[in-house]
Amino acid sequence: MSENTTLGDKLAAVFGDALLSTTTDYDFQVFEFHKSALRNVVIHLKEQEGFNYLTTLCGSHFPDAEKEREFCMMYQLHNFSSNERIRLKTFMSREDLMLETICDIYDAANWMEREAYDFFGFTFSGHPNMKRILNMEEMNYFPLRKEYPLEDMSRDDKDDTFFGR
Amino acid sequence: MTDDIILEEKKEYTTLNLGPTHPATHGIFQNVLTMDGEIIIDAVPTIGYIHRAFEKLAERRPYNQITPITDRLNYCSSPINNMGWHMTVEKLLGCEIPKRAQYLRVIIMELSRIADHIVCNTVIAVDTGAMTGFLYLFQWRERIYEIFEEICGSRLTTNIGRIGGMERDFSPSTWLKIETFLKEFPAGLKEFGALVNRNRIFMDRTINCGAISADRAISYGFSGPNLRACGVDYDVRVMNPYSSYQDFDFNIPIGKAGDTYDRYMVRNDEMFQSLKIIQQAMDKMPAGNFHADLPEFFLPPKEEVYNNMEALIYHFKIVMGETDVPKGEVYHSVEGGNGELGYYLISDGGRTPFRLHMRRPCFIFYQAFTEMIKGRMLSDAILTLSSMNVIAGELDA
Repeated sequence: MSENTTLGDKLAAVFGDALLSTTTDYDFQVFEFHKSALRNVVIHLKEQEGFNYLTTLCGSHFPDAEKEREFCMMYQLHNFSSNERIRLKTFMSREDLMLETICDIYDAANWMEREAYDFFGFTFSGHPNMKRILNMEEMNYFPLRKEYPLEDMSRDDKDDTFFGR
Repeated sequence: MTDDIILEEKKEYTTLNLGPTHPATHGIFQNVLTMDGEIIIDAVPTIGYIHRAFEKLAERRPYNQITPITDRLNYCSSPINNMGWHMTVEKLLGCEIPKRAQYLRVIIMELSRIADHIVCNTVIAVDTGAMTGFLYLFQWRERIYEIFEEICGSRLTTNIGRIGGMERDFSPSTWLKIETFLKEFPAGLKEFGALVNRNRIFMDRTINCGAISADRAISYGFSGPNLRACGVDYDVRVMNPYSSYQDFDFNIPIGKAGDTYDRYMVRNDEMFQSLKIIQQAMDKMPAGNFHADLPEFFLPPKEEVYNNMEALIYHFKIVMGETDVPKGEVYHSVEGGNGELGYYLISDGGRTPFRLHMRRPCFIFYQAFTEMIKGRMLSDAILTLSSMNVIAGELDA
C-alpha cells in the first residue's frame, strides 16, 4: 500500500462491506459502519491506527427517518500522535438497540454508555454496570427520545403554534 | 461470600456515606465508601443530583438562548463555555469572525481560566489546612469578576459574547482594569506560591496522593490540566487552535507523576501562561470591528432598530428565534478550565438544534475517581476530588 492511502481506504480494505459510507462533515471524517462490525472497528483503530483517545460518544434519535435509521450512535476518536479526529456512526432501528460495549477498550466509555442508555435506551452487551446514571432508576422512559415532550402536554396556557418547534 | 472467608479475614468493613452534601466535597457528590479503618477499599459514586436536562432543553431553545445554559456547566469559568458555544454555531454557519473579536475573546477566556484555576488551587490548599492563601487569592478572582461585570454586566453566569463576536467593545475603564490586573496579579500569585508551593505540609499531603499514570489517564478520557499533570501535552488550544490561539506564544506546562501536587503545579504554571497570552493579545490587539457582519444573528444597535426597517426585521427575527441555519453536524471543542469542552450539534435547519450533546470533561474523568482513591486514606480522597476540579454543574449537566 502506498504512503498516501487514506484512512477510509484502509478501513474499506479491512472491513469491506461493513463500511457503509465515508463522508467529511466540516472538519471531521465520518465513517458509517454496520452495527455488528463497530466493536472490531474500534479495536482495529486503537491498535493499528493509533486512535488512543475516545473523545465522546452519544446517541441521537431521528423519528422521521426510515425505520432502519431511526437511532444513531456516534463515536469520536482522536489520534494524539497524528492529531487526527474521526467520527464513527452506526444506525439502527427501534427494535434493535443492542450494541457491543467498548468500555473494556476505552475506560472512558463506561459512563458515556450508561448515559446513552439512560437517555435513549441503547443497551450495551458486556457492559459491567448497565444502569441509569443521571436520572433516577425508577424512571420508565428514555427522555431524550423525540416522542417525549419537554413540557407537560396537558397545559393549554401556552400556545406554540407560531414559534414552537 | 461464605462464612469461613469472613472468619479468615477477621475484618469488618465500614460503609461510609461521603456526601451528597458534605462540606468537604465542594458540591453535590455522593460516594458510598467501603472503609477498612481509615483506608478506602471501594467507592461507588452516585451522580445526577443536579441534573437539569440541558440537552433536552437545548432542543427547544433558539441558538442565542442556549448560551445561558452553557453558563451553568462549569460555572467557575462560564465565559469559556459561552465562547465555545458561540464558536460551535459560527462553525455551523461558516462565518469568519474579525480578528479583533477573536482577540477580545482570547482575553476573556484566559481571564476566566485564571479565575477557574484560582478556585481550584486555593481549594486544594484549604483542604490541606491552609486557609490563608485562599483568602489572599480570592481577592484576585474578585478583580476578574469586576472585569467581566464591566464587559457584560454579570459576574458568575456571564452570558458573555454573542454569536458573531462580542456584544460590545471593551470600554476604556475595562482596559484599565485588565492592565492593572496584569501588573498586580503576578505578585499576588507569587505570594500565594511562596506560601504553598514548597510548603512541607502541603507537599507531604499532596505528593503521591491520587496519582494516575498517563496510559490510564488517556484511557479514562482525561483532558485539561489533569491529563497534562500525567505528562501528556494535550491542549486543545495548541492541537486544534480556535479563536486565533495560533498567534500567541505560550508554553504548555506538564507534570510527571499525575498526582495532586502535579495537578496543582500545572494549574499554577498555567496561570502565568494565561497572563502571557493576555499580555500578547493586548499588545497585538488589531483594530477593526468587534463583531462579524452577521445581521441574522447579531442584534443591531437599538437606534438602528427604531429608525431602520431592515434592522427592525432582524431584531424581531433574532428575538423571536426565527432565524434558519444550515443543515449539518458539527463538533467544536475548546480548552475549558478543567478539560476539553466539546459541543456536538446536529442541525436540521430549524430554529433550534435538532440534537446537542455536550462533551463535559468532568463527567468523563470523574469515572477514574474510584481507581484513584482505592487504598488511600479518606483525607486523600477529599484532596483528590478537589484537585481534579470536578464541578457538579458540569458533571450532571
